[in-house]
Amino acid sequence: MKTWRSARRSVGLSTVLAVLLASGHAGAEDGLSGGDTAWILTSTALVLFMTLPGLALFYAGLVRSRNVLSVLMHCFSVACLASIAWLVVVYSLAFGDGGAAHSVIGGLGKSFLAGVGPETMAGSIPETVFFMFQMTFAIITPALIVGAFPERIRFSGVLLFTLLWLILVYAPACHWVWGGGWLADMGVMDFAGGIVVHTTAGVSALVLVMVLGPRRGFPNELRPPHNPGLTVVGACMLWVGWFGFNAGSALSAGGGAGMAMVVTHVSAATASMVWAAIEWYRFGKPSVVGIVTGMVAGLAAITPASGFVGPFGAIVIGVLAGALCQWFTTWIKQGLNIDDSLDVFAVHGVGGILGTLLVAFLALPALGGLGLADGVSVGDQFVTQLIGVVAITALSAVMTFIIARIVAATTGLRVSTEDEIDGLDITGHGERGYDLS
Amino acid sequence: MKLIIAVIQPHRLDPVREALAGIGVQGMTASEVQGYGRQGGHREIYRGAEYTVHFVPKTKIEVVVRDDDEDRVVEAIQASARTGRIGDGKLFVLDVSRTVRIRTGEEGEVAL
Repeated sequence: MKTWRSARRSVGLSTVLAVLLASGHAGAEDGLSGGDTAWILTSTALVLFMTLPGLALFYAGLVRSRNVLSVLMHCFSVACLASIAWLVVVYSLAFGDGGAAHSVIGGLGKSFLAGVGPETMAGSIPETVFFMFQMTFAIITPALIVGAFPERIRFSGVLLFTLLWLILVYAPACHWVWGGGWLADMGVMDFAGGIVVHTTAGVSALVLVMVLGPRRGFPNELRPPHNPGLTVVGACMLWVGWFGFNAGSALSAGGGAGMAMVVTHVSAATASMVWAAIEWYRFGKPSVVGIVTGMVAGLAAITPASGFVGPFGAIVIGVLAGALCQWFTTWIKQGLNIDDSLDVFAVHGVGGILGTLLVAFLALPALGGLGLADGVSVGDQFVTQLIGVVAITALSAVMTFIIARIVAATTGLRVSTEDEIDGLDITGHGERGYDLS
Repeated sequence: MKLIIAVIQPHRLDPVREALAGIGVQGMTASEVQGYGRQGGHREIYRGAEYTVHFVPKTKIEVVVRDDDEDRVVEAIQASARTGRIGDGKLFVLDVSRTVRIRTGEEGEVAL
């Protein structure tokens, strides 16, 4: 599709649209593509399905049985809260016109979708569709962080953290990379959210649990995942939903979307096999929790690269994601002794950063990629990618630390030891996941 | 009458049931239970992290038999539940002072 080929200099396809939006390119339904619109509507549904119930089930199976409902509740309520916040302020901060401050943050002009009607266009699709598609990204990103803090966090703390995090981390990060901010101006490449989604969520997860503290019994006296079957079901939904996440990020129903789907699938399959093979070698048995975790790692890692690399690049990313993310899961918990409970940083953070850095190389036509922007060398692009990762890591870490302190001082961050032992289902929500009477 | 409680490997339940049916034992109660003996639980690995599972899944069967049948039943359970590996479980025999068939009110060995 010509929009994205010609616009590769400031890439992350949402950027293209953001530029269009910011420059007031919003007329009647001129240039509406029914095909593009239909695909983005579909992708929006797929990406929401990733969180509800995909990610929710993926996480729910990994905790102990007395916390299963609390994890489902976290994911569900984060989705609701993020949707409202997106409409009220976050969409506007990410994609609105920031005026003189536009390189840093968008304005409030699009709060409550002001000035956006059914006729308003964003490229070849209605802006309402773009708004909804991007909303599903703002939903899944804080929902990913749920994996860091289950089994011990206070529910009110989850809500307050999520709200502040969306405003103070997601909105600026999304604006910098996709909304026409300074990283977009530098030409950072993040096709579908390796930086905006996975780096922000992964780094924030790590910092938040350093404030929150580990689960009682970490690391040696924990209970194993209570229902790996649920985790597999959720993981499979994530895989399917990821087609909307990555191929939908082409923002068109064309060849770009098709190739993004190819590389997404190849990376997921490769990383799954690599993860399982390494486990087989290390522990004598390949595990089902392992193979689906490898899948998520492969998907997170291909995300920033999915519009820029070919199948060869996808295999390289899949192999490295399956190996590196597995190594990090062990190192974060056993080396650094940090209880990022469901490995949000090791899988999403490491995967997203890996893909973001590798895209500078794997986008080369010689490696089957679709090429860098004209006149940009691999070295230049790599430095740009590195700046993007470092900047978003710093933003996420500093802001998350401040937010965590605010939450700890207001709603409180952690439940009592007694509630932690009894489980958050009954103490936090008055319900039990399993009635075994 | 004797109550025989056997805690066995779950996968030996069917062989035990068949063995007891083969010597004329007409009923039993089986429950899924958790426990540990001298082997002290086992380890599971998820995402590279080892979890010690202290309580291992077992199956508990309870059978009440006539005094005369005690030895035959104990031998049948022991033979059919045995794999020879650690974790095969244990078997206990207790005296039973009274048995009542709820439907008819019959008491004693005829109620078995």
